[in-house]
Amino acid sequence: MDPFIEINAIRKGLADGEYSSAEITKFYLDRAKKLNSQLNSFISFCEEQAIEQAKNADNKIAEGSSGPITGIPLAHKDIFCTKGITTTCGSRMLENFVAPYDATVVERLNKAGAVTIGKANMDEFAMGSSNENSYFGNTSNPWDTDRVPGGSSGGSAAAVAAGMIPIATGTDTGGSIRQPAAFCGISGLKPTYGRVSRYGMIAFASSLDQAGVLGRSVADICLLLSQFGGPDVLDSTSHPIPDNWLSSNPKLNPTKPEAKITIGLPREYFDQTPNLKSVEIAMRVFENAGCILKEVSLPSTESAIPAYYIIAGAEASTNLSRYDGVRFGYRCQDPESLSDLYQRSRNEGFGKEVKRRILTGTYALSVGYYDAYYLKAQKIRRLIQQDFLEVFNKVDLILCPTSPGVAFKKGALSENPVEMYKQDIFTIPSSLAGLPAMSIPCGFQNNLPIGMQLIAPHFAERKLIEWGHYFQSLTDWHKKVPELS
Amino acid sequence: MHENKWEMVIGLEVHVQLATQSKIFSGAPVKFGEPPNSQACAVDLGLPGVLPVLNEEAVKMAILFGLAIGAKINTHSIFDRKNYFYPDLPKGYQISQFEYPIVGTGSLTIDLENGDSKTIGITRAHLEEDAGKSIHDAYPGMTAIDLNRTGTPLLEIVSDPDLRSPEEASAYFRKLASLVSYLKICDGDMSQGSMRCDANVSIRESGSNKLGQRTEIKNVNSFRFIEKAISYEVNRQITIVESGHLIKQETLLYDSEIDETRPMRSKEYSNDYRYFPDPDLLPLKLSEELINSIKNKLPELPEFRQERFIQEYGLTIYDASWLVEDPELADFFEATTESSNNAKLTANWVMGELIAALNREELKVSESRISPEELAELILRITDGTLSSKLAKTAFEKMWEEEKPVDDIIEIYGLEQVSDDDEIKAIIKEVLESNPKQVEQFRQGKEKVLGFFVGKIMQATNGKANPQQVNTLLRILIK
Repeated sequence: MDPFIEINAIRKGLADGEYSSAEITKFYLDRAKKLNSQLNSFISFCEEQAIEQAKNADNKIAEGSSGPITGIPLAHKDIFCTKGITTTCGSRMLENFVAPYDATVVERLNKAGAVTIGKANMDEFAMGSSNENSYFGNTSNPWDTDRVPGGSSGGSAAAVAAGMIPIATGTDTGGSIRQPAAFCGISGLKPTYGRVSRYGMIAFASSLDQAGVLGRSVADICLLLSQFGGPDVLDSTSHPIPDNWLSSNPKLNPTKPEAKITIGLPREYFDQTPNLKSVEIAMRVFENAGCILKEVSLPSTESAIPAYYIIAGAEASTNLSRYDGVRFGYRCQDPESLSDLYQRSRNEGFGKEVKRRILTGTYALSVGYYDAYYLKAQKIRRLIQQDFLEVFNKVDLILCPTSPGVAFKKGALSENPVEMYKQDIFTIPSSLAGLPAMSIPCGFQNNLPIGMQLIAPHFAERKLIEWGHYFQSLTDWHKKVPELS
Repeated sequence: MHENKWEMVIGLEVHVQLATQSKIFSGAPVKFGEPPNSQACAVDLGLPGVLPVLNEEAVKMAILFGLAIGAKINTHSIFDRKNYFYPDLPKGYQISQFEYPIVGTGSLTIDLENGDSKTIGITRAHLEEDAGKSIHDAYPGMTAIDLNRTGTPLLEIVSDPDLRSPEEASAYFRKLASLVSYLKICDGDMSQGSMRCDANVSIRESGSNKLGQRTEIKNVNSFRFIEKAISYEVNRQITIVESGHLIKQETLLYDSEIDETRPMRSKEYSNDYRYFPDPDLLPLKLSEELINSIKNKLPELPEFRQERFIQEYGLTIYDASWLVEDPELADFFEATTESSNNAKLTANWVMGELIAALNREELKVSESRISPEELAELILRITDGTLSSKLAKTAFEKMWEEEKPVDDIIEIYGLEQVSDDDEIKAIIKEVLESNPKQVEQFRQGKEKVLGFFVGKIMQATNGKANPQQVNTLLRILIK
């Protein structure tokens, strides 16, 4: 069986009785377990539950009561709480944490009949751009195992790219779906902030965190997202109005979605990228399809990274206060006092990068610094949102690189946090603005994948998906697969 | 003397537990007296990934309170995180409102001992969640944590520094308690911590406009203790200042057992709470329609009811203000008066025997063993002369104990007053004949012995003779 098969093809195989869900589940479990020693994409597998879910799916298929993703195997980033299965968030702090509830995303996918085979590796608490911050060891890039897969959804990206699983969930706070998708040569969508419920998704920066999908194609992503997006009473920040187009599980047409659209090319992004050949080729694809390309300006781009690290750090510093060794999670041995319990549990339970962000965030919220840092960062955030709103008065979509370069070598940036933070320069601004954005493979450089990013106005996932799908019907970058020994 | 030289400046922060069905940010029930940690769900426990969802009931209660104190209801308010570490605070932050509270400035009028009234400004009132409880004395060497209370909705009501004495502070606290019971937004059970009070206390030289350094007394939950705590604290501050020292800004706990305040351990509070808007909750936006619909639900407020009691029932200000403080008691009074047709007498019985009986058994008005109708029957038996006021008290006690109507009690215990002239005359004659010496004394002008005879006559009738008749007839027969 071809492990790099798309979901629609799996659906057909299941419907035609070519194989059962139990069989493909077993197939992916075996393959993922075998490759995991090499790639470390998974933190845990849940074989028993997976087989049971697959059998239930097979029954439904036999009864004729199956839905669009019944019996499809997938992996969840280990940031989504799964009832009865360990949810570590890549941290020693939660090494043995088993949630008594499912995240809304997980619950909806379970209900739709999907089969969870395991939990994907990630940077600790989703803080990182290389998966090197995982307590459970770093993940390797399937295209070159000496390189990082990107982060923080690096486990999900590597697993999909290596054909360990057809599709995986991820989360994106400042680029954590898009950048690893680009590094691993797959597609990754971060929906509009509020499109997907955050309930049961372990919080890093609440005003930025958004769940999304990493898949082999835009069509696959569309299919999965249609099953878990939409309002949720358990998340006050989820958008109350559903996307009727998306939830109707739309059939994507390979013909052009609209007669003519204008695509904006932000000057500030292109100025900073030395090697743009692949993205330029992608631009030509759109141009040949009749799209108008137009240079636009996002003048506040420069301030995005510092503003992001202040806001995200501030929110993280308090979101992570609950990990205190009192009720759940890691607790130090034989605490001598309450403050000893707090200090050692947190010092031993959290990794270096998490501590760095808690410290900077705490500092930014402190008396005397709040106005200068937190409030100022919020002002910048509004300026950035304003930039985008103005540009979207003139263009329908924005096209730009997903990241400044291809996947870098393990260890290359791990001692230089600021350089690491700069990896997210093209993904952070749209995160701050809460916009939907997607990374799609658009070429290779030295045998390493390159991703381009499409950014759409708020809740215009349909535009991203239709144009992304159209691009993939004209190109085959997304069909390239790494050679794995 | 202290009192004249120094002026006290006191402001209160009162935390009112709102009587909602469920927690402010979760669906877990708000119930007291349940087994520890049985009323806390994943959200209350602050488990990873959970999110708060605001309870609409709590918002409506806050609006109702704001309208009752004539405050501006802010149509845009924000929930903030107040960050500090403590084991009974599961998330490591409390969700509260800091810069933009739901209720803006309003006021409350209190009645003073000397009959005057005074208007106390209210700076603001905001919604927040309660923390759990740390129990330090249940297990030796360990602290137990009960998170049942976690997430209980609180309305924190902050007064202006307008209070000038411990008595005023207590009167204000009382008035708030009365108001929230009228609004039915709090069960008012002080022993369960339904209302807790922090007092900011400072002193300054009389006539000065400058505020002195203040201290904060935390977490006092009785009217009496707030008065005592402030008295103690003011005297402590005066002693310090008069001995030439400076008051230190600190947070104090009041120990009611030894009647003194002591500083909290610095670990028990923190100075920098790093407030910032909670990104899990959107700004709270209220429509004018909602506010108006709640305005229509405002009940008759205590001061209006007091005025009505004075006008309609002819009660004194004192009686009226006493009766209206507890809405249930005021309801009881009105229901009784409706049948008894004697407001003054009813007021006396409600404020006297009924309250005494309730207090003795620590019962709420709703738990009274005598209903308003039954009390009215008793009062009717007084006004129609069946019962003397003395025997009526006996009848009340028996009604209370046996939970039987007054007429049954009168019959069982033979409490009916003797009002027959001939019967009383016969007894008087008997008593006069057996005490010739005292009769002689009266005739020599010693009026006092009348009391002696009345006593003897009442004794002879087991207290049942109508006292007015005894008095009249005695004066005639003794001559």
